[in-house]
Amino acid sequence: MSAPAVLAGLLDFRRLDLLATGESALHRLDARAKVIVTLVFVVCVMSFGRYSVAALLPFFVFPIAITGGARLPATLIWRKIVLVLPIALVIGLPNPLFDREPLLEVGGIGVSGGWVSMLSIMLRAMLAAAASIVLVAVTGFPAICGALERIGMPRPLAVQLLFLYRYLAVLGEDAARMVTAHELRSGGRPMSIRLYGALLGRLLLRTWDRAERIYLAMCARGFTGEFRSGGSSRFGWPEIAYVAGWCGLFLLLRTHDVTHWLGAATLGALQ
Amino acid sequence: MSHHLVEACGLTHVYEDDTVALRDVSFRITHGESVAIIGANGAGKSTLIMHLNGHLTPTRGEVRIGETPLTRKTLPAIRRTVGLVFQDPDDQLFMPTVYDDVAFGPRNQGLPEEEVDRRVREALECVGVWNVRAKPPYRLSGGEKKRVAIAGVLAMAPDILVMDEPTSGLDPRARRQLIGLLADFSHTRIFTSHDLDMVLELCARTIVLFEGAVMADGPTRGILTDDALLSRCQLERPLALQASAACGHCNT
Repeated sequence: MSAPAVLAGLLDFRRLDLLATGESALHRLDARAKVIVTLVFVVCVMSFGRYSVAALLPFFVFPIAITGGARLPATLIWRKIVLVLPIALVIGLPNPLFDREPLLEVGGIGVSGGWVSMLSIMLRAMLAAAASIVLVAVTGFPAICGALERIGMPRPLAVQLLFLYRYLAVLGEDAARMVTAHELRSGGRPMSIRLYGALLGRLLLRTWDRAERIYLAMCARGFTGEFRSGGSSRFGWPEIAYVAGWCGLFLLLRTHDVTHWLGAATLGALQ
Repeated sequence: MSHHLVEACGLTHVYEDDTVALRDVSFRITHGESVAIIGANGAGKSTLIMHLNGHLTPTRGEVRIGETPLTRKTLPAIRRTVGLVFQDPDDQLFMPTVYDDVAFGPRNQGLPEEEVDRRVREALECVGVWNVRAKPPYRLSGGEKKRVAIAGVLAMAPDILVMDEPTSGLDPRARRQLIGLLADFSHTRIFTSHDLDMVLELCARTIVLFEGAVMADGPTRGILTDDALLSRCQLERPLALQASAACGHCNT
Protein backbone atom coordinates (compact mmCIF):
# COMPACT_ATOMS: atom_id res chain seq x y z
CA MET A 1 0.00 0.00 0.00
CA SER A 2 1.43 3.40 -0.86
CA ALA A 3 1.80 6.24 1.59
CA PRO A 4 -0.95 8.40 0.07
CA ALA A 5 -3.34 5.41 0.32
CA VAL A 6 -2.48 4.90 3.99
CA LEU A 7 -2.96 8.61 4.66
CA ALA A 8 -6.20 8.79 2.72
CA GLY A 9 -7.57 5.81 4.65
CA LEU A 10 -6.58 7.49 7.87
CA LEU A 11 -8.18 10.80 7.00
CA ASP A 12 -11.37 8.98 6.08
CA PHE A 13 -11.23 7.29 9.43
CA ARG A 14 -10.95 10.65 11.15
CA ARG A 15 -13.74 12.04 9.03
CA LEU A 16 -16.10 9.58 10.71
CA ASP A 17 -15.19 11.17 14.04
CA LEU A 18 -15.78 14.59 12.59
CA LEU A 19 -19.19 13.61 11.26
CA ALA A 20 -20.17 12.84 14.83
CA THR A 21 -20.04 16.56 15.63
CA GLY A 22 -23.09 17.14 13.38
CA GLU A 23 -26.26 18.75 14.64
CA SER A 24 -29.10 16.47 13.52
CA ALA A 25 -31.76 15.08 15.87
CA LEU A 26 -30.06 11.68 15.54
CA HIS A 27 -26.75 13.17 16.69
CA ARG A 28 -28.44 14.67 19.74
CA LEU A 29 -29.90 11.37 20.97
CA ASP A 30 -28.27 9.83 24.03
CA ALA A 31 -25.42 7.57 22.90
CA ARG A 32 -26.83 4.65 24.93
CA ALA A 33 -29.98 4.53 22.79
CA LYS A 34 -27.93 4.38 19.60
CA VAL A 35 -25.60 1.72 21.00
CA ILE A 36 -28.51 -0.47 22.17
CA VAL A 37 -30.28 -0.25 18.80
CA THR A 38 -27.07 -1.17 16.99
CA LEU A 39 -26.45 -4.15 19.29
CA VAL A 40 -30.00 -5.44 18.79
CA PHE A 41 -29.60 -4.95 15.04
CA VAL A 42 -26.37 -6.96 14.92
CA VAL A 43 -27.79 -9.76 17.07
CA CYS A 44 -30.92 -10.00 14.87
CA VAL A 45 -28.88 -10.08 11.66
CA MET A 46 -26.46 -12.68 13.01
CA SER A 47 -29.20 -14.96 14.31
CA PHE A 48 -30.59 -15.82 10.85
CA GLY A 49 -30.10 -19.32 9.45
CA ARG A 50 -27.06 -19.95 7.26
CA TYR A 51 -29.00 -19.95 3.99
CA SER A 52 -30.91 -16.71 4.64
CA VAL A 53 -30.38 -14.14 1.94
CA ALA A 54 -33.67 -12.52 0.94
CA ALA A 55 -34.82 -12.12 4.54
CA LEU A 56 -31.65 -10.07 5.29
CA LEU A 57 -32.24 -7.49 2.59
CA PRO A 58 -34.93 -5.43 4.39
CA PHE A 59 -32.44 -4.80 7.21
CA PHE A 60 -30.57 -2.38 4.93
CA VAL A 61 -33.37 0.05 5.67
CA PHE A 62 -31.70 0.86 9.03
CA PRO A 63 -28.29 2.11 7.87
CA ILE A 64 -29.92 3.83 4.89
CA ALA A 65 -32.45 5.61 7.11
CA ILE A 66 -29.75 6.77 9.56
CA THR A 67 -27.49 7.93 6.73
CA GLY A 68 -30.35 9.95 5.27
CA GLY A 69 -31.72 11.18 8.61
CA ALA A 70 -28.35 12.37 9.87
CA ARG A 71 -27.32 13.67 6.41
CA LEU A 72 -24.15 11.57 6.36
CA PRO A 73 -22.15 11.45 3.10
CA ALA A 74 -23.38 8.18 1.59
CA THR A 75 -20.26 7.59 -0.55
CA LEU A 76 -17.94 7.78 2.45
CA ILE A 77 -20.10 5.32 4.41
CA TRP A 78 -20.27 3.02 1.38
CA ARG A 79 -16.47 3.08 0.94
CA LYS A 80 -16.06 2.02 4.57
CA ILE A 81 -18.58 -0.82 4.21
CA VAL A 82 -16.81 -2.13 1.11
CA LEU A 83 -13.62 -2.42 3.18
CA VAL A 84 -15.04 -5.40 5.10
CA LEU A 85 -16.00 -7.32 1.96
CA PRO A 86 -12.59 -8.95 1.34
CA ILE A 87 -12.51 -10.17 4.96
CA ALA A 88 -16.02 -11.62 4.66
CA LEU A 89 -15.04 -13.18 1.34
CA VAL A 90 -12.08 -14.97 2.93
CA ILE A 91 -14.34 -16.32 5.68
CA GLY A 92 -17.10 -17.37 3.28
CA LEU A 93 -14.96 -18.70 0.42
CA PRO A 94 -14.52 -22.28 1.70
CA ASN A 95 -18.30 -22.74 1.89
CA PRO A 96 -18.88 -23.44 -1.86
CA LEU A 97 -16.05 -26.03 -1.69
CA PHE A 98 -17.49 -28.02 1.21
CA ASP A 99 -21.21 -27.53 0.78
CA ARG A 100 -22.00 -28.70 -2.78
CA GLU A 101 -25.58 -29.80 -2.20
CA PRO A 102 -27.79 -28.01 -4.78
CA LEU A 103 -30.15 -25.75 -2.89
CA LEU A 104 -32.01 -23.84 -5.55
CA GLU A 105 -32.13 -23.40 -9.26
CA VAL A 106 -31.70 -20.05 -10.97
CA GLY A 107 -32.44 -20.00 -14.73
CA GLY A 108 -31.86 -23.72 -15.03
CA ILE A 109 -28.49 -23.66 -13.22
CA GLY A 110 -28.30 -25.37 -9.83
CA VAL A 111 -26.85 -23.23 -7.05
CA SER A 112 -25.22 -25.13 -4.21
CA GLY A 113 -25.83 -24.37 -0.53
CA GLY A 114 -22.23 -23.22 -0.23
CA TRP A 115 -22.70 -20.30 -2.61
CA VAL A 116 -25.89 -19.25 -0.85
CA SER A 117 -24.30 -19.39 2.60
CA MET A 118 -21.29 -17.44 1.32
CA LEU A 119 -23.59 -14.72 0.00
CA SER A 120 -25.38 -14.76 3.35
CA ILE A 121 -22.10 -14.26 5.23
CA MET A 122 -21.16 -11.33 3.00
CA LEU A 123 -24.55 -9.69 3.41
CA ARG A 124 -24.36 -10.04 7.17
CA ALA A 125 -20.85 -8.63 7.27
CA MET A 126 -22.00 -5.65 5.22
CA LEU A 127 -25.03 -5.08 7.44
CA ALA A 128 -23.01 -5.30 10.65
CA ALA A 129 -20.33 -2.99 9.22
CA ALA A 130 -22.93 -0.53 7.97
CA ALA A 131 -24.66 -0.38 11.34
CA SER A 132 -21.36 0.09 13.22
CA ILE A 133 -20.09 2.75 10.83
CA VAL A 134 -23.25 4.84 10.98
CA LEU A 135 -23.17 4.44 14.77
CA VAL A 136 -19.66 5.94 14.92
CA ALA A 137 -20.63 8.63 12.42
CA VAL A 138 -23.63 9.85 14.45
CA THR A 139 -22.19 9.27 17.92
CA GLY A 140 -18.39 9.50 17.91
CA PHE A 141 -16.16 6.82 19.34
CA PRO A 142 -15.46 8.39 22.77
CA ALA A 143 -19.21 8.77 23.37
CA ILE A 144 -19.79 5.14 22.34
CA CYS A 145 -17.21 3.96 24.89
CA GLY A 146 -18.89 6.11 27.52
CA ALA A 147 -22.29 4.65 26.62
CA LEU A 148 -21.00 1.07 26.70
CA GLU A 149 -19.66 1.67 30.17
CA ARG A 150 -22.95 3.16 31.33
CA ILE A 151 -24.94 0.21 30.07
CA GLY A 152 -22.77 -2.20 32.00
CA MET A 153 -19.49 -2.88 30.21
CA PRO A 154 -16.64 -3.08 32.75
CA ARG A 155 -14.72 0.19 32.77
CA PRO A 156 -11.26 -1.29 32.04
CA LEU A 157 -12.68 -2.83 28.88
CA ALA A 158 -14.26 0.44 27.77
CA VAL A 159 -10.98 2.29 28.43
CA GLN A 160 -9.08 -0.33 26.43
CA LEU A 161 -11.47 0.17 23.56
CA LEU A 162 -10.99 3.93 23.57
CA PHE A 163 -7.21 3.60 23.66
CA LEU A 164 -7.26 1.03 20.89
CA TYR A 165 -9.10 3.52 18.74
CA ARG A 166 -6.80 6.42 19.63
CA TYR A 167 -3.59 4.50 19.12
CA LEU A 168 -4.79 3.05 15.86
CA ALA A 169 -4.75 6.57 14.45
CA VAL A 170 -1.26 7.12 15.87
CA LEU A 171 -0.09 3.84 14.37
CA GLY A 172 -1.54 4.80 11.00
CA GLU A 173 0.24 8.16 10.98
CA ASP A 174 3.59 6.63 11.85
CA ALA A 175 3.10 3.89 9.27
CA ALA A 176 2.34 6.49 6.59
CA ARG A 177 5.53 8.41 7.45
CA MET A 178 7.66 5.25 7.31
CA VAL A 179 6.18 4.16 4.00
CA THR A 180 6.89 7.64 2.58
CA ALA A 181 10.48 7.49 3.85
CA HIS A 182 10.89 4.08 2.22
CA GLU A 183 9.40 5.21 -1.08
CA LEU A 184 11.69 8.23 -1.24
CA ARG A 185 14.85 6.17 -1.02
CA SER A 186 13.84 2.81 -2.49
CA GLY A 187 13.94 3.93 -6.12
CA GLY A 188 10.58 2.27 -6.69
CA ARG A 189 11.73 -1.20 -5.59
CA PRO A 190 9.16 -3.09 -3.51
CA MET A 191 9.81 -3.77 0.15
CA SER A 192 11.55 -7.08 0.95
CA ILE A 193 10.11 -9.30 3.67
CA ARG A 194 13.19 -8.67 5.81
CA LEU A 195 12.82 -4.92 5.56
CA TYR A 196 9.10 -5.21 6.11
CA GLY A 197 9.73 -7.05 9.38
CA ALA A 198 12.29 -4.49 10.52
CA LEU A 199 9.92 -1.62 9.73
CA LEU A 200 7.05 -3.29 11.57
CA GLY A 201 9.24 -3.77 14.62
CA ARG A 202 10.28 -0.13 14.58
CA LEU A 203 6.70 0.94 14.06
CA LEU A 204 5.64 -0.99 17.15
CA LEU A 205 8.36 0.60 19.29
CA ARG A 206 7.63 4.09 17.99
CA THR A 207 3.93 3.69 18.56
CA TRP A 208 4.62 2.43 22.03
CA ASP A 209 6.59 5.58 22.87
CA ARG A 210 4.05 7.84 21.30
CA ALA A 211 1.13 6.08 22.98
CA GLU A 212 2.87 6.56 26.30
CA ARG A 213 3.27 10.29 25.68
CA ILE A 214 -0.39 10.62 24.70
CA TYR A 215 -1.39 8.79 27.84
CA LEU A 216 0.79 11.12 29.94
CA ALA A 217 -0.80 14.12 28.25
CA MET A 218 -4.25 12.74 29.08
CA CYS A 219 -3.24 12.19 32.72
CA ALA A 220 -1.83 15.72 32.87
CA ARG A 221 -5.32 16.94 32.04
CA GLY A 222 -7.03 14.98 34.76
CA PHE A 223 -7.91 11.74 32.94
CA THR A 224 -8.69 9.09 35.53
CA GLY A 225 -10.18 6.39 33.34
CA GLU A 226 -13.61 7.91 33.09
CA PHE A 227 -15.14 9.47 29.98
CA ARG A 228 -17.04 12.65 30.25
CA SER A 229 -18.62 13.79 27.06
CA GLY A 230 -20.39 17.09 26.87
CA GLY A 231 -23.50 15.89 25.07
CA SER A 232 -26.90 15.38 26.65
CA SER A 233 -26.90 12.38 28.92
CA ARG A 234 -30.61 12.05 29.55
CA PHE A 235 -32.36 8.91 28.46
CA GLY A 236 -35.74 10.55 27.83
CA TRP A 237 -38.79 9.94 25.65
CA PRO A 238 -37.03 10.48 22.32
CA GLU A 239 -34.50 7.79 23.28
CA ILE A 240 -37.22 5.37 24.44
CA ALA A 241 -39.15 5.93 21.20
CA TYR A 242 -35.98 5.44 19.14
CA VAL A 243 -35.07 2.17 20.86
CA ALA A 244 -38.64 0.81 20.87
CA GLY A 245 -39.29 1.78 17.24
CA TRP A 246 -36.17 0.26 15.75
CA CYS A 247 -36.08 -2.84 17.96
CA GLY A 248 -39.76 -3.46 17.15
CA LEU A 249 -38.99 -3.26 13.44
CA PHE A 250 -35.94 -5.54 13.75
CA LEU A 251 -37.97 -8.17 15.62
CA LEU A 252 -40.71 -7.97 13.00
CA LEU A 253 -38.15 -8.42 10.21
CA ARG A 254 -36.55 -11.28 12.12
CA THR A 255 -39.72 -13.21 12.82
CA HIS A 256 -41.64 -12.54 9.59
CA ASP A 257 -40.37 -12.89 6.06
CA VAL A 258 -41.22 -9.38 4.92
CA THR A 259 -39.43 -9.85 1.59
CA HIS A 260 -41.70 -12.78 0.83
CA TRP A 261 -44.81 -10.76 1.75
CA LEU A 262 -43.70 -7.83 -0.34
CA GLY A 263 -42.98 -10.11 -3.28
CA ALA A 264 -46.36 -11.83 -2.97
CA ALA A 265 -48.16 -8.49 -2.60
CA THR A 266 -46.39 -7.06 -5.67
CA LEU A 267 -47.19 -10.13 -7.71
CA GLY A 268 -50.81 -10.00 -6.51
CA ALA A 269 -51.10 -6.37 -7.54
CA LEU A 270 -49.60 -7.13 -10.97
CA GLN A 271 -52.03 -9.97 -11.55
CA MET B 1 0.15 29.29 51.90
CA SER B 2 0.55 29.90 48.19
CA HIS B 3 -0.38 27.36 45.54
CA HIS B 4 2.13 28.94 43.21
CA LEU B 5 5.33 27.66 44.81
CA VAL B 6 7.40 24.98 43.13
CA GLU B 7 10.16 23.44 45.13
CA ALA B 8 12.59 20.60 44.39
CA CYS B 9 14.64 19.27 47.31
CA GLY B 10 17.59 17.00 46.56
CA LEU B 11 15.79 15.56 43.55
CA THR B 12 17.60 12.56 42.07
CA HIS B 13 16.31 10.33 39.33
CA VAL B 14 17.90 7.12 38.11
CA TYR B 15 16.27 5.35 35.17
CA GLU B 16 15.87 1.57 35.07
CA ASP B 17 18.94 1.22 32.86
CA ASP B 18 21.00 2.97 35.60
CA THR B 19 21.23 6.25 33.69
CA VAL B 20 21.40 9.01 36.27
CA ALA B 21 19.19 11.73 34.78
CA LEU B 22 19.01 14.11 37.76
CA ARG B 23 21.58 14.55 40.54
CA ASP B 24 20.57 16.26 43.74
CA VAL B 25 18.58 19.05 42.06
CA SER B 26 17.24 21.71 44.41
CA PHE B 27 15.46 25.01 43.69
CA ARG B 28 12.54 27.08 44.84
CA ILE B 29 10.38 28.99 42.40
CA THR B 30 7.97 31.51 43.90
CA HIS B 31 4.68 33.12 42.93
CA GLY B 32 4.58 34.75 39.50
CA GLU B 33 8.19 33.98 38.61
CA SER B 34 9.10 33.15 35.03
CA VAL B 35 11.96 30.66 35.04
CA ALA B 36 13.84 28.94 32.23
CA ILE B 37 15.46 25.55 32.61
CA ILE B 38 18.19 25.30 29.99
CA GLY B 39 20.82 22.75 29.13
CA ALA B 40 22.28 20.74 26.28
CA ASN B 41 20.48 17.66 24.92
CA GLY B 42 20.37 14.96 27.57
CA ALA B 43 20.99 17.40 30.44
CA GLY B 44 17.87 16.22 32.25
CA LYS B 45 15.39 19.00 31.39
CA SER B 46 12.56 16.71 30.27
CA THR B 47 13.12 14.36 33.21
CA LEU B 48 12.89 17.31 35.57
CA ILE B 49 9.66 18.53 33.97
CA MET B 50 8.13 15.07 34.21
CA HIS B 51 8.70 15.25 37.96
CA LEU B 52 6.85 18.54 38.36
CA ASN B 53 3.45 17.00 37.89
CA GLY B 54 4.11 13.50 39.01
CA HIS B 55 4.68 11.58 35.76
CA LEU B 56 7.95 10.35 37.23
CA THR B 57 8.64 9.49 40.84
CA PRO B 58 11.98 10.63 42.29
CA THR B 59 14.54 8.00 43.19
CA ARG B 60 15.56 10.32 46.04
CA GLY B 61 14.41 13.73 47.21
CA GLU B 62 11.01 15.32 46.74
CA VAL B 63 8.95 17.85 44.82
CA ARG B 64 6.67 20.23 46.68
CA ILE B 65 3.98 22.29 45.02
CA GLY B 66 2.60 25.08 47.20
CA GLU B 67 4.08 23.44 50.33
CA THR B 68 2.31 20.13 49.52
CA PRO B 69 4.69 17.25 48.88
CA LEU B 70 3.94 15.42 45.66
CA THR B 71 2.67 11.96 46.58
CA ARG B 72 0.24 9.50 45.05
CA LYS B 73 -2.46 10.94 47.28
CA THR B 74 -1.89 14.59 46.39
CA LEU B 75 -1.37 13.86 42.69
CA PRO B 76 -4.88 14.79 41.42
CA ALA B 77 -4.81 18.15 43.25
CA ILE B 78 -1.29 18.85 42.04
CA ARG B 79 -2.18 18.07 38.44
CA ARG B 80 -4.96 20.66 38.73
CA THR B 81 -2.41 23.20 39.98
CA VAL B 82 0.38 22.45 37.52
CA GLY B 83 -0.52 22.66 33.84
CA LEU B 84 1.95 20.87 31.58
CA VAL B 85 2.20 21.75 27.89
CA PHE B 86 4.00 19.05 25.89
CA GLN B 87 6.68 19.76 23.33
CA ASP B 88 4.84 18.08 20.46
CA PRO B 89 1.24 19.31 20.34
CA ASP B 90 0.29 16.17 18.40
CA ASP B 91 0.88 14.18 21.59
CA GLN B 92 -1.58 16.36 23.39
CA LEU B 93 -4.38 16.91 20.90
CA PHE B 94 -6.42 13.78 20.46
CA MET B 95 -10.10 14.67 20.48
CA PRO B 96 -12.03 14.97 17.21
CA THR B 97 -12.40 18.77 17.36
CA VAL B 98 -10.45 21.65 18.87
CA TYR B 99 -13.41 22.49 21.11
CA ASP B 100 -13.69 18.96 22.50
CA ASP B 101 -9.97 18.81 23.02
CA VAL B 102 -9.87 21.99 25.08
CA ALA B 103 -12.96 20.79 26.97
CA PHE B 104 -11.26 17.48 27.83
CA GLY B 105 -9.52 18.82 30.97
CA PRO B 106 -12.46 20.81 32.43
CA ARG B 107 -14.79 17.86 31.80
CA ASN B 108 -12.39 15.57 33.64
CA GLN B 109 -12.56 18.02 36.52
CA GLY B 110 -16.29 17.28 36.62
CA LEU B 111 -17.37 20.88 35.94
CA PRO B 112 -20.93 21.59 34.76
CA GLU B 113 -21.26 21.99 31.01
CA GLU B 114 -21.94 25.79 31.15
CA GLU B 115 -18.70 26.28 33.08
CA VAL B 116 -16.85 23.98 30.64
CA ASP B 117 -18.18 26.09 27.77
CA ARG B 118 -17.09 29.34 29.45
CA ARG B 119 -13.61 27.97 30.16
CA VAL B 120 -13.15 26.66 26.62
CA ARG B 121 -14.24 29.97 25.12
CA GLU B 122 -11.99 32.01 27.42
CA ALA B 123 -8.98 29.77 26.82
CA LEU B 124 -9.38 29.72 23.04
CA GLU B 125 -10.00 33.49 22.93
CA CYS B 126 -6.99 34.11 25.15
CA VAL B 127 -4.67 32.35 22.69
CA GLY B 128 -6.53 33.81 19.70
CA VAL B 129 -7.87 30.65 18.04
CA TRP B 130 -11.59 30.67 18.93
CA ASN B 131 -12.29 30.74 15.19
CA VAL B 132 -10.91 27.21 14.64
CA ARG B 133 -12.94 25.59 17.45
CA ALA B 134 -14.91 23.31 15.13
CA LYS B 135 -11.87 22.09 13.18
CA PRO B 136 -10.13 18.78 13.79
CA PRO B 137 -6.70 19.43 15.37
CA TYR B 138 -4.80 17.64 12.59
CA ARG B 139 -5.99 20.26 10.08
CA LEU B 140 -4.32 23.14 11.97
CA SER B 141 -0.97 24.78 11.28
CA GLY B 142 1.92 24.20 13.69
CA GLY B 143 1.40 27.57 15.38
CA GLU B 144 -2.33 26.98 15.79
CA LYS B 145 -1.73 23.50 17.22
CA LYS B 146 0.64 24.95 19.79
CA ARG B 147 -1.92 27.55 20.77
CA VAL B 148 -4.68 24.97 21.08
CA ALA B 149 -2.41 22.79 23.23
CA ILE B 150 -1.79 25.79 25.49
CA ALA B 151 -5.54 26.55 25.56
CA GLY B 152 -6.19 22.95 26.61
CA VAL B 153 -4.04 23.52 29.67
CA LEU B 154 -5.27 27.08 30.38
CA ALA B 155 -8.86 25.81 30.41
CA MET B 156 -8.01 23.83 33.53
CA ALA B 157 -7.14 27.14 35.27
CA PRO B 158 -3.73 26.03 36.59
CA ASP B 159 -1.69 28.28 38.90
CA ILE B 160 1.59 27.09 37.44
CA LEU B 161 2.35 26.63 33.73
CA VAL B 162 5.13 24.26 32.74
CA MET B 163 6.05 24.23 29.06
CA ASP B 164 8.50 21.94 27.32
CA GLU B 165 10.17 23.74 24.39
CA PRO B 166 7.29 26.14 23.65
CA THR B 167 8.83 27.65 20.50
CA SER B 168 10.22 24.50 18.87
CA GLY B 169 8.98 23.88 15.35
CA LEU B 170 7.35 27.29 14.93
CA ASP B 171 8.04 29.70 12.10
CA PRO B 172 9.51 33.10 13.13
CA ARG B 173 6.19 34.91 13.07
CA ALA B 174 4.32 32.23 15.05
CA ARG B 175 7.25 32.17 17.50
CA ARG B 176 7.09 35.94 17.94
CA GLN B 177 3.31 35.82 18.53
CA LEU B 178 3.68 33.00 21.05
CA ILE B 179 6.36 34.88 22.99
CA GLY B 180 4.03 37.89 23.12
CA LEU B 181 1.25 35.67 24.43
CA LEU B 182 3.39 33.98 27.09
CA ALA B 183 4.74 37.33 28.28
CA ASP B 184 1.20 38.41 29.18
CA PHE B 185 0.44 35.45 31.45
CA SER B 186 0.46 36.06 35.17
CA HIS B 187 0.97 32.40 36.12
CA THR B 188 4.14 31.09 37.66
CA ARG B 189 5.87 29.93 34.47
CA ILE B 190 8.57 27.33 33.94
CA PHE B 191 9.98 26.78 30.45
CA THR B 192 12.56 24.43 29.09
CA SER B 193 14.08 25.64 25.87
CA HIS B 194 17.01 25.69 23.50
CA ASP B 195 15.69 29.01 22.22
CA LEU B 196 17.85 31.20 24.44
CA ASP B 197 16.65 34.39 22.78
CA MET B 198 13.16 33.52 23.96
CA VAL B 199 14.54 32.76 27.40
CA LEU B 200 16.21 36.17 27.47
CA GLU B 201 12.91 37.86 26.65
CA LEU B 202 10.56 35.88 28.86
CA CYS B 203 12.49 34.74 31.91
CA ALA B 204 14.10 36.85 34.59
CA ARG B 205 15.66 33.76 36.11
CA THR B 206 17.45 30.78 34.55
CA ILE B 207 18.49 27.40 35.92
CA VAL B 208 21.27 25.66 33.98
CA LEU B 209 21.39 21.85 34.01
CA PHE B 210 24.38 19.82 32.91
CA GLU B 211 24.52 16.05 33.15
CA GLY B 212 21.61 16.09 35.55
CA ALA B 213 23.03 18.61 38.03
CA VAL B 214 22.26 22.32 38.56
CA MET B 215 25.31 24.26 37.35
CA ALA B 216 23.87 27.73 37.83
CA ASP B 217 20.70 29.36 39.08
CA GLY B 218 20.31 33.11 38.84
CA PRO B 219 19.37 36.16 36.75
CA THR B 220 19.12 35.21 33.07
CA ARG B 221 21.23 38.00 31.65
CA GLY B 222 24.13 37.22 33.98
CA ILE B 223 24.05 33.53 33.10
CA LEU B 224 23.72 34.02 29.36
CA THR B 225 26.75 36.33 29.30
CA ASP B 226 28.97 34.01 31.40
CA ASP B 227 30.93 32.49 28.55
CA ALA B 228 32.95 30.12 30.75
CA LEU B 229 29.78 28.66 32.28
CA LEU B 230 28.02 28.39 28.91
CA SER B 231 30.97 26.64 27.34
CA ARG B 232 31.29 24.22 30.26
CA CYS B 233 27.61 23.32 29.87
CA GLN B 234 27.86 22.99 26.06
CA LEU B 235 25.71 26.07 25.46
CA GLU B 236 26.14 29.26 23.47
CA ARG B 237 25.17 32.87 23.97
CA PRO B 238 21.79 33.75 22.42
CA LEU B 239 22.02 35.70 19.15
CA ALA B 240 20.89 38.89 20.85
CA LEU B 241 23.94 38.73 23.12
CA GLN B 242 26.50 37.83 20.46
CA ALA B 243 28.74 40.46 18.97
CA SER B 244 27.12 41.99 15.93
CA ALA B 245 28.87 41.14 12.67
CA ALA B 246 28.18 44.67 11.45
CA CYS B 247 29.44 46.79 14.34
CA GLY B 248 31.19 44.39 16.71
CA HIS B 249 29.01 45.39 19.65
CA CYS B 250 26.57 43.25 21.53
CA ASN B 251 23.55 44.15 23.62
CA THR B 252 24.96 43.28 27.03
